[in-house]
Amino acid sequence: MIPDNFSYLAPASLPEVWDALHEHPDDAKILAGGQSLIPLMKFRLANPAYLIDLRHVPDMDTLAERDGALVLGAMVREAALERSPLIQQRYPGIHDASAVVADPLVRNWATVGGNLAHADPANDHPAMMLALGARVVAQSPRGRRELSIDDFLVDTMETALQPDEVLVEIHVPQPAARSGSAYLKLERKVGDYAIAAVGVQLAFDGEVISHAGIGLTNVGPKAIRAQQAEAFLVGKQPSDETVREAARLAAQAADPTADLRGPVEYKRAIVRTLTARALRLAAQRATALA
Amino acid sequence: MTQHVKMTLNGQPIEADIEPRLLLVHFIREVANLTGTHIGCDTTSCGACTVQINGVPSKSCTLFAVQMDGEEIRTVEGMEQNGALHPLQEGFYQEHGLQCGFCTPGMLMTAEAFLREHPAPTDDEIRQAIAGNLCRCTGYVNIVKAIQHAAKHIREEQAAPVATAEVTR
Ligand SMILES: Cc1cc2nc3c(=O)[nH]c(=O)nc-3n(C[C@H](O)[C@H](O)[C@H](O)COP(=O)(O)OP(=O)(O)OC[C@H]3O[C@@H](n4cnc5c(N)ncnc54)[C@H](O)[C@@H]3O)c2cc1C
Ligand code: FES
Ligand code: FES
Repeated sequence: MIPDNFSYLAPASLPEVWDALHEHPDDAKILAGGQSLIPLMKFRLANPAYLIDLRHVPDMDTLAERDGALVLGAMVREAALERSPLIQQRYPGIHDASAVVADPLVRNWATVGGNLAHADPANDHPAMMLALGARVVAQSPRGRRELSIDDFLVDTMETALQPDEVLVEIHVPQPAARSGSAYLKLERKVGDYAIAAVGVQLAFDGEVISHAGIGLTNVGPKAIRAQQAEAFLVGKQPSDETVREAARLAAQAADPTADLRGPVEYKRAIVRTLTARALRLAAQRATALA
Repeated sequence: MTQHVKMTLNGQPIEADIEPRLLLVHFIREVANLTGTHIGCDTTSCGACTVQINGVPSKSCTLFAVQMDGEEIRTVEGMEQNGALHPLQEGFYQEHGLQCGFCTPGMLMTAEAFLREHPAPTDDEIRQAIAGNLCRCTGYVNIVKAIQHAAKHIREEQAAPVATAEVTR
């Protein structure tokens, strides 16, 4: 399949990216890993006249803790996340998610920024970032602005980014002393998008849950925050009964549609099961870290 | 509409004026005339088009050749050295790691990069590593064996560098 014609731009700095966006406000697209955009262009579902490749813009692949947050440059590849000991030890939920995105070859190119900016409800990072309370940083000639991941994700394939803004960084609050995260996904086969997936973060004060974050993948028009389940967990111990009820509330928050991956009831049941398992895993990881 | 690109392909410089929409796999097969790299699904699923870009295995049906300006590309044709098969090619031959052979070039590209980082892998690690390369013939069992065969050979070669250097020259 051959995409339509376009011009390829490889700017060497963010200001050059903005110039290109400014010159072609209606028909330019940013190219990150290209693992979503290029397939869309091959199907001619996207026909940008200008492709602006971010790969040669310096300093967009930061992966480090700074000022109380994990800072991820938008161009950090899935493969780099998957291999990072820092991510594995301190942000296991992000490690889990990066390891189940597509397949190892796609992960060598796909970026975390692209995963969020694409805003496909089937993408794996948005739900995990909801659970972790991440913030995203958008930059334009008008300046830098930081917004919560909740505000960033607007609708199916729609984010709060303005036409002249580039997603430059993702900030994930550093985990509290006794906390753990997990991301569990059910897929039909390797490389497929989720039937459903659940990202969870739990923080503890003694034996009691002091904070809970739960995000759901591919069971609604965008990644969903299971707010009622989160609120229910706070102040409780993660007993079997509590986990079961939180899982039920999370399944209620899901808003799936029937498709080739299964009917609505099945997907809700998967959300319930995965939420319970992810909560137990996150609690176990929190204990192991303490 | 065309753009000039210059890259290294299997150690040889290559340059051409191409349309930006030319996929890397088409550049390799139709401009450089190296047809060892295959096109299977054309939808980023099968890995038959896998090549290495600066050593990183990548699906060449999902990259544009213009993105490769200044980069180093390696294809299956770059594996054999001075008429001697690469240990992985030898492994696929000895262990019957292919039937129709359509997936093999991609498998070799992925496996070569993997063994550089994992010289003594478990079977499970191999299976994870080749998860982006589909094979419709073998059932994968012999592919895993072939990669283990090569891993063992490469380890032995590195343990006795002088002796093998003489043999392969
Ligand atoms: C076979 C296959 C299976 C896959 N399976 C999964 C899966 O299971 N889970 C999953 O989450 N993903 C999956 N993906 C998608 C893959 O992870 C995507 O590549 C990724 O979601 C997008 O990242 P990218 O870097 O490739 O972005 P690109 O494809 O380059 O860009 C995607 C979109 O985001 C925009 N964009 C990218 N970066 C920025 C930025 N910094 N600022 C502003 N806009 C930006 C682009 O303009 C474009 O509209 C799969 C892809 C394939 C081909
Ligand atoms: S042809 Fe590229 S992945 Fe199948
Ligand atoms: S040998 Fe035929 S597809 Fe693998």
